[in-house]
Order: sequence, then structure tokens, then C-alpha cells
Amino acid sequence: MSASRLNWREMLTAAAPPLAAFMAFLALWEAVVRLRGIPPYMLPAPSIILQKLIEDRELLFSSLLVTLSITLRALALATVCGALLALAMAQSKWLARTLTPYAIMLQVTPIVAIAPLLLVYLSPPRAVLVCAFLVAFFPILSNTALGLASVDHALLDLFDLYHASAWRRLIYLRAPAALPQFLAGLRIAGGLALIGAVVAELAAGAAGQGTGLAFRIVEAGFRLDIPRMFAALALLSLTGVAIYGALSMLTYYSLRRWHESARERGA
Amino acid sequence: MTPPARGAPLVSLRGVAKSFDGGLEVLRALDLDVYPGETVTLLGPSGCGKSTALRLLAGLTRPTRGEILWADPARRERLGFVFQDATLLPWLDVFANVYLPLRLAGVSRAPAAPRVEEALELVGLSGFRDALPRELSGGMKMRCAIARALVTRPALLLMDEPFAALDEVTRIKLNNELLALKARLDTTIVFVTHSVGESVYLSTRIVVLAANGGEIVDQIPVDPGMTRDGEYRLGPVFSQLSRRASNALRRAMGEDEP
Repeated sequence: MSASRLNWREMLTAAAPPLAAFMAFLALWEAVVRLRGIPPYMLPAPSIILQKLIEDRELLFSSLLVTLSITLRALALATVCGALLALAMAQSKWLARTLTPYAIMLQVTPIVAIAPLLLVYLSPPRAVLVCAFLVAFFPILSNTALGLASVDHALLDLFDLYHASAWRRLIYLRAPAALPQFLAGLRIAGGLALIGAVVAELAAGAAGQGTGLAFRIVEAGFRLDIPRMFAALALLSLTGVAIYGALSMLTYYSLRRWHESARERGA
Repeated sequence: MTPPARGAPLVSLRGVAKSFDGGLEVLRALDLDVYPGETVTLLGPSGCGKSTALRLLAGLTRPTRGEILWADPARRERLGFVFQDATLLPWLDVFANVYLPLRLAGVSRAPAAPRVEEALELVGLSGFRDALPRELSGGMKMRCAIARALVTRPALLLMDEPFAALDEVTRIKLNNELLALKARLDTTIVFVTHSVGESVYLSTRIVVLAANGGEIVDQIPVDPGMTRDGEYRLGPVFSQLSRRASNALRRAMGEDEP
């Protein structure tokens, strides 16, 4: 118990310097805008952006929910498909050799270039979902596959010695051994899913009946409502941070008992 | 040169050869009988194939030529193997690590528990059943690995340089514990090492293998009735056997005797 409380204090201590730097940055921004008398349509002060966030809260938060829901659904889909395909590829070298080039091709093709094409074939909401899924899928697949493939040979020998079935080998050895890499992939995928959703929304633009945050940015741009652009951007950025934070917590609590990456130093 | 015959051998290697994919022939034609109750040490320089011989006995790899004969094929399934590293699963506590072989055999937790507790008691880890491997010292990790190997009550315990990575004090301590375990369980052990002292201290027979091809250079019987303790380590029998083993080892490396 005391260890976890100590940990919270450590986390606060760790968070203080970047938070202070962020506050200082906002104060400087505010001061420059006010002293120079820069108009809000050029560069809005943080106070104006905050005011806009409160004023347009209904519109912005409903858009946030749209973007967040697409991101999370894409992430969930990518997690299930990525992990399952990695498991299948770990069981069959033939399958792995066949599919790997395509997985890489999907990954290296810029998603911005795929989005308009998806919009031709799919309805805008579905296209956005597929786009977010495609970018989130690969890091989960490649990280999980790497984790499953890099199990200690001595441990595999141990399981051979006891004639472990493929299934028991998977659930008692390969899956837990691959968990750290899988979680690392998931953390990358969380951020990428948001990027994929935003890119697709931007590509859909006014053509789609999109109501996500990215669409709000485009829309506010057309209306030269610069403070609202910033407000929507701030929400997107906070969403990204929140997703990353949540996945980091998940990683920490899943691995803290045994894995080096999640252990407190000096413990 | 011949070992004291005690009935039929538990397992025999007959002209066993092993080459790896690169064409490297680690063992050329090894003949070796292991009798019940023996502690056979395979002693030799690096690359003499002693670990390969152990893996062949364990069925972890197949011979390129020759055969491995078990007096009772059922016994071949009852093996314990202790690797050079403890090879514990880091996400499982000590109890679950020792339980693993039974779990893999489909024994559920409740009926397995007494056997796991017994194995932990044998190696003196009863108080550490909930500890994770990272919380254990090197010696304790190795004890846990030994408990895991013993939990299936193996007919043959195979040990591949299990104490090589430990400090001298821990090593001597674990050597004594192994002798005590052996006396209590009356199991058969094949032990791989490159330490002359360890081989003389632990075994009832030392088999010295040559560097290239694993030809047997010498077989040194050690009186199993001898008390193995600190006195034995300093006594004349020990030094005489050590000298013979060292000379054989020198021949195994292709050097001349002094």
C-alpha cells in the first residue's frame, strides 16, 4: 500500500516540471498577444481559446465524442485483428511469409493518400473508421508478432521437454512473453488511431456529413473563426494525451509485477 | 575403465552421432550407459558435445546416427532437466513455476499442490512460494529450477552446468544440497560440467569427452560410499581423482600430460 502511495507522490514530482513549463508557455503567449495587441483572428490568446471552448462546448464536445468513438472503435478492432493475425502468423511460417509484404505495404503507403480512395467506396463514417483502423493495425500486428517470435529458446526447450501442446505453449508461454511488446504496440496504435481518424475526417471535409473535431477545424477555417480552430485543436491534443495516458496506465498495471519496463527503479 | 555393472542400464547411447545443419559434427560415435542410481558427470572442454549428449538424452534433439535405448520406455517420459540458467517464467511466482510441469501434464492445481509443496520443501524454498523470480538470488532461482525438475519425480535428472553462473560459495552450498537430495530421492543424475572439482565432488562416475567429436577419453569411477564433505574436498582421494580427471581433460583438449 505504502509503495503505491509513494509512487503517486513520485508521479506528481515527475509531472510538476513539464506542467510548470506548460503554464509558463501559456502565460508568455497571453502576454505577447496582449502587449502586442495581436487580433484574435491572427492569433487568439489562451484566455480567448478557453472562452471559446466554454461558449461552443455543446458543439465541440459532441464532435469530440464522434471522433473519440471512432478512434476507440478503430483501436479495438485493430487490437483484435492485429493480435489474432499475429497469433496465426506465429503458428504458421507460411502464412507469415505470405502476409508480411502486404502488411508492410499498407503501413508504408501514406494514409493521407488512401483516405480519398476509401471515401469513394465507403460512406464517410465507415471510411473514417477504416482509415483509423488501417494505421492502428500495423503496430499491433508487428509488435505482437515480434513478441511471439522472440521467446527465450531455453523456455521453449522446457516446454518441449514436458511435451506441451501448441495450445498450452501459447497460453502459458508465448502469450505472456509477448505481452510487453503487444502493449508497446497498443500504445503506439492509440495515438495513430486518432491521427487516422482526423486525417480521414479532413479528407472527407465538407463533402462528408462528418461532425468530428477535424471537420469542426475545417469548418471554422472556412468561417475564419480562428479561436474555434484552436479550441478544437486543443481538444484533439488533449484526447491524444488522454489515450496515451490510459494505455500507459494499462501497461504499467499489467506488467508491474514482473517486467523491467514497468518496475520502479531502486525497488 | 568399465563402470560397476548394476543390472541393466537405465538408458544407453549406442554409436550416437549428431551433426548440425552447418555440417559441424559435435558427436561422432558416443557409447554411454547410464545405470540406475548413478551420478554420471560429463566433463569436457567447451564444444566437446557434452551438452548435446544431454539434450539427446532429454529428447530435445534427435541423433543423426545411432540410437538411444531405454530399458523401460515409460521412464523416458519421466525426465527432469535443469538448464544452465534457471529459465523460470518471470510472470509466475515460485509456486506456479514449480507447478508448471504438472500443469502442462494436465494435473489441476488442487491435486498438484502437495507435490509442489514437497518439491519446494526439498530445496528449502517453502517460505518463498509467493515470491517472483526477480525477488530471488541466483542460488534461490536455481533451487526453484531444481524443484521444478523434481516435481514430476523424474527417473533421470539431467543437469546442464546448472551452477556454472553462480559464485563459489553458493556453488559449494548447492553441490552439498544436491548430494543430500540425491541421497534422499535415490534418483539417477547425468550432470554436465567443465569443472574438475565439481565432477569429483558430485559423481560416482566421471566421463571425460574429447574436444572434437566427443570421443570418451577416460572414465573415472568414484566410490559412491565416500562421505562427500569439506574433509573429502581436502583429502588425498579427492586430489588423486582430481589429478586423473585434469590429465584426462588435458588429453581431451589435445594437450600433452605434464
